[in-house]
Amino acid sequence: MNTNIGKVLIPLFAIVVFLLLWELLVWVNQWPNYKMASPTDIWPAFWKFKHLFFEYGWQTLWRTIAGLSLSIVFGTLIGLLMGMSKRIRDGLYPLLVGFNAIPKATVVPIIALMFVGQHNMNTILMAFMISFFPIAVSVSIGLSTLEPEYRDILRALGASKLTIFRKIALPKTLPEFFGALKVAVTLAFIGTNLVEIIEPHGRGLGHLFDSAKINSDYPLMFAVLIALAFMGILLYYVVVMLEKIFAGWAERPAT
Amino acid sequence: MSLIQLSAVSHTFSTATGQLPVLDSLSLSIEEGQFTAVVGPSGCGKSTLTRLIAGLLIPDAGEVWLHGERVVSPRSTVGMAFQNPVLLEWRSILKNVMLPLEIVSGSMPIKQQEERARFLLSLVGLDGFEDKRPSELSGGMRQRASLCRSLVHKPDVVILDEPFGALDAFTREDLWQTMHTLREQEPFTALLITHDLRESVFLADEVIVLSGRPAHAQHVLKVDMPAKRTLEDLYSPKATEMLAELRKQIQVAQGNTVSVAS
Repeated sequence: MNTNIGKVLIPLFAIVVFLLLWELLVWVNQWPNYKMASPTDIWPAFWKFKHLFFEYGWQTLWRTIAGLSLSIVFGTLIGLLMGMSKRIRDGLYPLLVGFNAIPKATVVPIIALMFVGQHNMNTILMAFMISFFPIAVSVSIGLSTLEPEYRDILRALGASKLTIFRKIALPKTLPEFFGALKVAVTLAFIGTNLVEIIEPHGRGLGHLFDSAKINSDYPLMFAVLIALAFMGILLYYVVVMLEKIFAGWAERPAT
Repeated sequence: MSLIQLSAVSHTFSTATGQLPVLDSLSLSIEEGQFTAVVGPSGCGKSTLTRLIAGLLIPDAGEVWLHGERVVSPRSTVGMAFQNPVLLEWRSILKNVMLPLEIVSGSMPIKQQEERARFLLSLVGLDGFEDKRPSELSGGMRQRASLCRSLVHKPDVVILDEPFGALDAFTREDLWQTMHTLREQEPFTALLITHDLRESVFLADEVIVLSGRPAHAQHVLKVDMPAKRTLEDLYSPKATEMLAELRKQIQVAQGNTVSVAS
């Protein structure tokens, strides 16, 4: 089979099989839709509210991307500092790990009180807080594990620190960076939705989920989850595409 | 004055277990165009020596001179190759070889840089591999590319820190011959660090035996063989005699090794 067609067909096939098994599970057990909605319940729920899905989906998406962008900027900066200085690394690690260990759901009411009414900002802030950690850690590891010989070949030529960073350290860290970004993408979605569900303010898919819950519209709740999964997959593949462009060299041909 | 001159160079590292004297008033000189090999017991400070000449390390005492100037910082007139070829995975072989030119001869037109890199690659038998990625090449080929990179900017001295150490015996002998080809076409001054006595005799004009740590120059052997050598020459009585002499010197050096002084 043509490998490019296979790349699309195989995952699609897996999804279809998954949906069929799900349908079968609900049908065999004769579960009511408040126990578990089946794929055939979900589609009508989506279709009925499709304009809301697009409107709220967009809100969730842009805030997630904004939070993720902040993560990339600050995560990379923190990673740079930690990667270049052992002192900074030793100093920041416990703080970062501690910060990351706090369940983010508990932080939602705190930032909601801190910045009352700033829903966009709160949502973006949470997406950022939950997703910058893997990026910072990966960049710092990428930089601190650079073999000294790599640095020496340029240092011996009298290259400046900036040149060494630009020509060697930065490109060498890219594969680790993209690995972390794939994790960060899904984390950022979780962050956005935490705020939208816990502190509903009439926006985003999280709000739609909360409304569905209040109205006992169980198929709609499931439809929101599927929509979130779909957006997560979409953004993930955007990262994969960027990775191919900027760090495609790290991929070894399959043997 | 010699191209490279080390006078009474001493250096001590501070480690977790205490002071570690590595070099003890080491003096040596290397003439322009000469190929010098440095052999010595493990951990005797051979790599420290390369870092001193490259200006990556400043000695505690003594002076390092290169081309009549005291070495106090890295200078662009040095080329380096290590046991690990350290090629940049994201660059083609050609771009890897051009890297030093980007740093030290930024004003040279790209076309000229490319020509220079292609010329060297053809000398080591890598024509046709210019656009390949390092991961597509064998270990020996990668090391050939690394040697080209160390020579591309016509450095005053090429520092070779065990570049053949990780290769299998036959590939290593191939590369020895490549070194002779390179020297014929593109004369350079070299300092080779090695553990392989046959390698030192086959490649060098002069072999310096370092004593155990802290190291000084214990013995200097002039290699009495024609510049153009073949592997068969290594089995001549003269070569055998030189190898035996070096072997003996190494044994003396090993006996002198002192452990970490606290």
